[in-house]
Amino acid sequence: MQAISSRTLVDIAAKKLASGEVSAVLGWKKGLFNYDVTPAVFTDEKDLAENFVYTDFCAANLSKYLVNETKKPEYRADNRKILVFLKPCDTYSFNQLLTEHRIHRNRVYVVAVPCNGMIDLTGAPYEKCVNCKSKKAVVYDELVGENGEVIDSNRFDEVERIEAMSAEERFAFWQNELSRCIRCNACRNVCPACTCEKCVFDNPASGLENKAISDSFEEKMFHIIRAFHVAGRCTDCGECSRVCPQHIPLHLLNRKLIKDMNEAYGEYQAGAVEGSRAPLVNYSENDIEPAEAVGKGGNNA
Amino acid sequence: MPRIGVFVCWCGSNIAGTVDVSTVSEAVKNEQGVVFSTNYQYMCSQSGQDIIKNAIRKHNLTGIVVCSCSPRMHEATFRKTAAAAGLNPYMVEIANIREQCSWVHKDMLTGTQKAIVLTKAAIAKVNLNSPLTPGESPVTKRALVIGGGIAGIQTALDIADAGFPVDIVETKPTIGGKMAQLDKTFPTLDCAACILTPKMVDAAQNDKIRIYSYSEVEEVNGFVGNFDVKIRRKARYVKEELCTGCGLCTEKCPQKKVPNEFNMGMDNRRAIYIPFAQAVPKVATIDADYCTMLKTGKCGVCSKVCTAGAIDYKQKDEIITERYGAIVAATGFNPISMDKFDEYAYSQSKDVITSLEFERLTNAAGPTAGKLLRPSDGKHPHTVVFVQCVGSRCAAAEKGKEYCSKICCMYTAKHAMLIRDKYPDVEVYVFYIDVRTPGKNFDEFYRRAVEEYGVHYIKGMVGKVSPEGDVLKVQASDLIANKQLHIDADLVVLAAAIEPDKSARSLATMLTASMDTNDFFTEAHPKLRPVESPTAGVFLSGACQGPKDIPETVSQAGAAASKVIGLLAKDKLIGNPCIAHSDEMMCNGCSSCERVCPYGAITYVNKEFRMPDRTTLVRRVASVNEAVCQGCGACTVACPSGAMDLRGFTAQQIMSEVDAICK
Repeated sequence: MQAISSRTLVDIAAKKLASGEVSAVLGWKKGLFNYDVTPAVFTDEKDLAENFVYTDFCAANLSKYLVNETKKPEYRADNRKILVFLKPCDTYSFNQLLTEHRIHRNRVYVVAVPCNGMIDLTGAPYEKCVNCKSKKAVVYDELVGENGEVIDSNRFDEVERIEAMSAEERFAFWQNELSRCIRCNACRNVCPACTCEKCVFDNPASGLENKAISDSFEEKMFHIIRAFHVAGRCTDCGECSRVCPQHIPLHLLNRKLIKDMNEAYGEYQAGAVEGSRAPLVNYSENDIEPAEAVGKGGNNA
Repeated sequence: MPRIGVFVCWCGSNIAGTVDVSTVSEAVKNEQGVVFSTNYQYMCSQSGQDIIKNAIRKHNLTGIVVCSCSPRMHEATFRKTAAAAGLNPYMVEIANIREQCSWVHKDMLTGTQKAIVLTKAAIAKVNLNSPLTPGESPVTKRALVIGGGIAGIQTALDIADAGFPVDIVETKPTIGGKMAQLDKTFPTLDCAACILTPKMVDAAQNDKIRIYSYSEVEEVNGFVGNFDVKIRRKARYVKEELCTGCGLCTEKCPQKKVPNEFNMGMDNRRAIYIPFAQAVPKVATIDADYCTMLKTGKCGVCSKVCTAGAIDYKQKDEIITERYGAIVAATGFNPISMDKFDEYAYSQSKDVITSLEFERLTNAAGPTAGKLLRPSDGKHPHTVVFVQCVGSRCAAAEKGKEYCSKICCMYTAKHAMLIRDKYPDVEVYVFYIDVRTPGKNFDEFYRRAVEEYGVHYIKGMVGKVSPEGDVLKVQASDLIANKQLHIDADLVVLAAAIEPDKSARSLATMLTASMDTNDFFTEAHPKLRPVESPTAGVFLSGACQGPKDIPETVSQAGAAASKVIGLLAKDKLIGNPCIAHSDEMMCNGCSSCERVCPYGAITYVNKEFRMPDRTTLVRRVASVNEAVCQGCGACTVACPSGAMDLRGFTAQQIMSEVDAICK
C-alpha cells in the first residue's frame, strides 16, 4: 500500500492546473482492471479527478516522457510548465536527463512522491523494488510527505553470483536468458537513457542493425550493445526488466557495468547529482590504466 | 563504382621473406572494387611509385591500397604519389604487412594468409573512403619556452637569434637552473658560472626574449600554431620594474633563518632574497612562508630601506594570457630524494652529502667560500668516499630508478680530481658499478683522475655507512680484489640518481604530450625525431627528455630551437582533414563528446530545426572547431547516438575492416 493517496496528488495537480501555472499533468491513469495502469497526460481537472491514480501498480517511470512532452509546441509557445509526479528512483532518471540536456528544467514542475515499492499483476514486488537503491528524491519542486534515504541494498548480489560462474556457465546462462528475446524493443523504448534523436538500431547507416540480426547471437549483440550505450548513464531504474514480456533479467547487464565502474573508478551513481561527470566521460590523472581495470574485473574471460 | 588498385611491396626480403607477395596480389584480385593488383620489390622507390602513378592513370583508379610497411613510415610518401597522379591523397590506404605481419611471423603460410586478410580489410575500407581536403590555420610567430635552465636559455637564444619573439617561463625567481649551482664543468674544468651567466645576461638583454621568472604555466589550450597559454606570475611582493637589485633589503631583513635552497640548505638566507649574485632578473623576492610582515603584519624593514620603493606587500598573483605558435618543454631534472637510502646514513650524518651539495661546498660562491670543509664541524676532511649509482640502475623500482643517470660518472671524476688537485693530502675513493665515459674527451678525463691524480677507483658497491664519533665507517666490497673493505671516511658523497622535475607530469597533461614510465617526455621518434614530442607544436629540450650532460643539453636545445624556427617560419599550417564532425540531425546535445574532448574542440549551439509538422524546434547540438580538432576520435566513441564521426575513419569504415577480417 502506498502511504500517499491518489486524492492527495489529484488535489496538488488540480490546484496547479486551475491556477494556470502548469498546462498539463503527467501521471498514471487507471484502466479496466486495477493493475492496468498506464502513464498519461492530463490537461483538465475533470479527467484528472476521474482517472488519475497512485497505487501499487504505478511502477512506470515517467521521466522519459518529458523529453518529447516538453518539446511540444503548446509548452514552448506560452512557456508554461508540465507537472510530473516522480517516485524517488524516477528522480534519478530525471536528473540524468537534465545532465544530458534532454529536458528543459524550467518547463517542468516536479512533484516528488514517496514510494513503498510497486507490484506486478500477480501481486509480486518488482525486482527493482525488492532491491530498491533509494527512497530519497534527489530533485523536486515540491515534495509530498517525508523524503527518505539512500538504501544500502543488495542489488549487486546477483551480479556477483554470475561473476563467480565459469565462462561456459555464464555463456550458457545468458544464452538461455537472451534466446527468449523477441526483439520487441520494449526495453529500449522504456529506458530513460535511450532518448537518442535517432537510435543506432534504427539507423541503417550505423551498420549496427545488420550486426544485431546477422546470426544466432543476434539478441545478445542487441542487448550487449545497448548495455554499453547506456553505460555510465544508466541509473539502474530497472524499467528494462520490468517491461520485458519475456522476463529477461536485463538489469543485470547494466548492473555489471555499474559494479565494474564503481570498482575501477570509485562509487558513482548516475543521476544522483545533476551535471555530475560520469567516470567514462571524465578523466583524472589518478584514473587506473585500462590494463589494470581489466585485471580488476576479475573472472571476465 | 570504386575502381581500386592494390600494390603489394616486397620490401626486399623484409616482407617477401615471410609473405608470398604474388599470392597476396593474386588473392585480392576479385575483392569488391579491385580492378588492378600487382607486386613490386620496393614500392617506395622511384620506379615503384611510377608503377602506382601509371596504374592510377591507366586504370582510372579511384582508390589505392598499398601493402607495405607501417603507415607511419610511408603513408605520406604514397599520398604524395597518388596526388601526383591526380588522385585525392586520402583515397590511399596502407595495409601494414611488414611490422604487423612479416616481421612478427616466421611461417610463410600463416604470414601470407594474414597479409591477405589485412589487405582485404584495407580494400573494404578504401571502398568507403571519400576525398578529403585539409584546412589551413595561421601560425602565431611567438614561442614559449617552459623552464629557464641552460636548456631553456639556449633554446630561447637560438629562436630569438632567428628573429622570432620568445618567452621563457621559469618557476624560480631567477633563470639559470641547475647549471648555476655547479662549480666546474667536465671535461674542460671551466667554471659553470663563467660560461652560463653571460648567456643569462644575453637572454635578459635580447629584445626578442621576455623572461617571466617566478611564474608557472597554468593552462594550455589550442593547437600547433595557436596555443593559448595562461601563465601565473606568482606574487614576489617586489615590483620587478622598480627593484634595482641593490640587495640592501636582503642585508637588513631580520628574518635570518631561512634555509638557502641555492646552497642546498647548507646555509641560511633572509626572507627577502636574491638567489645569487648573478641572478637574472636581479630582483629581490619575498618568501611568503617566512616573511614576518606577510605573516603577522608587523615588520616592514625591507620596505623602509628600499630607496626604489619597490616593496609591495599587497601584490597578488597575476594571470596573463598569451598566444604562442610553438611550445618547448625544458623543465629539467632534480636529484632524487635520499630518504630510501638510509644505508648510506644520509639522514643521520651531515657529512654524508649528495653530489649537488658537494658542488656548492666546492664552489667559491658557496657556503664555505670554496674551501672543502666538513658540514658537521667545519674541519678539513682527510678521507673522502664517493658512492656512484645511488638510485641509478636500481632494480628495486620503489627505491630508485632503473635507468643510468648518465652524468654521475663524469662529475664524480671531476669532484675527485678537484679535491686531489687542491688538497693532495686527501685520500679519495670512488666506488662504482661501471665507469661509463662515452663522449668527446670524457674517457681521457677519467683516466687523468685515476692516473695523474691518484684517485682510488674501486669496482664494488658500498654496503653501509655508519657514523661513529666524528668518522663515517664505510663498509664496501672490492669486487676485483674480492675482499671486504672498511674505510674510515670524513666525508661521503652520494651520486644521487636524477629524475624529471615534478612539474613535468602536470605540464605533460596540459600539453597532451606523452611521457614514459619514468616521467621523461617521449620523443616523436627515438632516433629520427628526438626533439619533437608526438604532440604537434610541442618540442623537447634538455633533461626533461632524458638524463643529459651540458654539451648534450645545449646541442639538443639548439636542435629544438631549429625545429621551432622551422615551424614559426611558416605562414600557415596545413591541417589534418581526418577530423570529427557531427550529424546535427542525430545529435542529442548530451555533452558526452565535449566532456571527453582533450582539445576543447567541441562547443554547443542552440540551433533551429524545421519539424515535420511545420513548427520549428530549437535543439542543442554539438559543433566541432575544425582547426582545434586533432582527430583522436574520443568523441566518436563517447557519442551514444553515433552522430559524431571521424572523417577518414568513420565507424562504417572501421566496421567494414573488422567485417573483412572476421569474415
